[in-house]
Amino acid sequence: MKHTLLALWFALLLTVPLWIDQYFLHVLITTGIMIIAAMSLNLLLGYTGQLSLGHVAFFGIGAYASALTALGFDVHIFGYRIVHEPWPPFAGFAIAILVAALCGYAIGKLSFKVRGAYFVIVTISFAEVTRLVALNWVELTQGPLALNNIPPFTLAFPGVGEYTMWGKVANYYLVLAVGAVAYIVIRRLVLSRTGRAMIALRENEPLATSIGIDVTRYLVLAAVVSAALAGAAGALYAHFVRIIDPDIFLFIYTVTMVIMVITGGKGTLAGPIVGGLIFGMLPVALRAWATPVAQWIIYGVLMILVVFFLPRGIVPAVREWWENVRPRPDETGRTSAVHPSTGPVLSSSKGSGRTGTRNV
Amino acid sequence: MNTATSALSIEHVSVHFGGLAAVADMSFVVNEGELVSLIGPNGAGKTTAFNVITGFLKPTQGEVRYRGVSLTGLKSHEVANLGLVRTFQKTSVFANNTVFDNVLIGLHRHGKASVWATLLALPRVRDEEARLREDVWDILRFVGLDKRANELGGALPYGEQRLLEVAIALAARPTLLLLDEPVSGMNPSETASFIALLRKIRDRDITVLLVEHDMHLVMNVSDRIVVLNYGRIIAEGPPASIQQNPEVIRAYLGHGVKRPAAHA
Repeated sequence: MKHTLLALWFALLLTVPLWIDQYFLHVLITTGIMIIAAMSLNLLLGYTGQLSLGHVAFFGIGAYASALTALGFDVHIFGYRIVHEPWPPFAGFAIAILVAALCGYAIGKLSFKVRGAYFVIVTISFAEVTRLVALNWVELTQGPLALNNIPPFTLAFPGVGEYTMWGKVANYYLVLAVGAVAYIVIRRLVLSRTGRAMIALRENEPLATSIGIDVTRYLVLAAVVSAALAGAAGALYAHFVRIIDPDIFLFIYTVTMVIMVITGGKGTLAGPIVGGLIFGMLPVALRAWATPVAQWIIYGVLMILVVFFLPRGIVPAVREWWENVRPRPDETGRTSAVHPSTGPVLSSSKGSGRTGTRNV
Repeated sequence: MNTATSALSIEHVSVHFGGLAAVADMSFVVNEGELVSLIGPNGAGKTTAFNVITGFLKPTQGEVRYRGVSLTGLKSHEVANLGLVRTFQKTSVFANNTVFDNVLIGLHRHGKASVWATLLALPRVRDEEARLREDVWDILRFVGLDKRANELGGALPYGEQRLLEVAIALAARPTLLLLDEPVSGMNPSETASFIALLRKIRDRDITVLLVEHDMHLVMNVSDRIVVLNYGRIIAEGPPASIQQNPEVIRAYLGHGVKRPAAHA
């Protein structure tokens, strides 16, 4: 049932380029990229409960790593000249993931000794440092002049030829594919023993350690996967927009990701997607009659309203409503399918009927 | 139990918080299969001792060994992986997760699935998950919470939350279970059934170290009792001798008591 619904949604998304105009497709692509970044943030914020306010750093690092791999560079470090010849963009994509994951590992190892507010400060500083490096290491990044003419992704079919993704439709499908993979990766992780360990340390860290959960290990793991996915999103961005500058590291982008995750519902799989679609599409809806400044005010008000009235986010609120209106028999059928031996016990209980991990 | 091999040994452990000695030169052993109670007035250092044993607190001096392995410097999850699992004095469950999930999280130690296997959704990961879910039902039935499986941990009545804590700890399959005031907040009938549960736990060859204020329970279930006062061990022995011990009576009732009460 759940899988069918997911497949239907995915099929609908596949048909989008057929009935949407170029402008909306462009907005959808950038929104999709932001959604991937928000999903990656959700793994840290929603499941392990750590607020990373420097998440855009991984996004930017991915973008720069991929762009530089594809463009090549010629720099001098401590008197040594390092020359890199341009590689295909998809190699850049892989390297972006790798470099971002390594940064995630370093940040995870460094900063998970400090929790809560201190972790927030470490991540903010990290993002600021990466921005300053991108701004000032002009030889590598061209600083404020930006890296431009970044080549689009190219698919090579041996024996058939090459296909370069110049158009929006190709990029749309690429973002959709990466987004689907990111979704599956996160879903499999959080629904597993690993995800339970992350949720356990979010909910009650002393209890989690008392039953043998290595907190640091799972926090670092979440940071690595989260950073890698954010890096992938950054690479997609770089090769789609084809120009990146140090403004990519601006704090406001992290804030946007956090807003997407929190309004959608942190710690839910669908939350960042719903939140991302709302805040990705809102500028389009508003731009006809609101100035950019007014738009920011509207986002702020919307955010406050959501946090105030739906503190757990839109997705948990909708799910709760749905559980209350839908017929009961379906519920017992589902639970007894999971635990055939104990169907009767469960159907008599008054609980929500969910036996799986609740925060999904 | 003639072949009394010591499982846990606490050797000259001291814990200082600033100038205060919460625990001073404490030494005692818990033998395999034994149920030892640690009692004493409030502030005597019982919970501090628990925290030292389970790696939540570093002792200022001394050493704790379990089955010959020194626990010094081990993190609490490493201590748990040696088979020492504790509960907490203040009720501690995963309040926003279902009772079922609480125990499933408790089974963490018994899953082997690696991250890569999980990401690839290999069949053995699915098999393991099914096996763990079966184990959850076994444990829930063992402590008598199977009918509550779908309720949120935090929504249970207090007494049942305490049972859930024990269920989570048992899920980690301890060889030594450390219970910190497990029946505080339970009503008499719940306490009575908890005593029955303790017996069932011991039938599984689990060694138990118990901190408890309920003297009826302590005298009922303990093989041996260690009495702490002001961080020092003031008496040690089987329940009968502890009940008669003048030092213990003084610690609990203060000076100037003429006739010691039989049940301390």
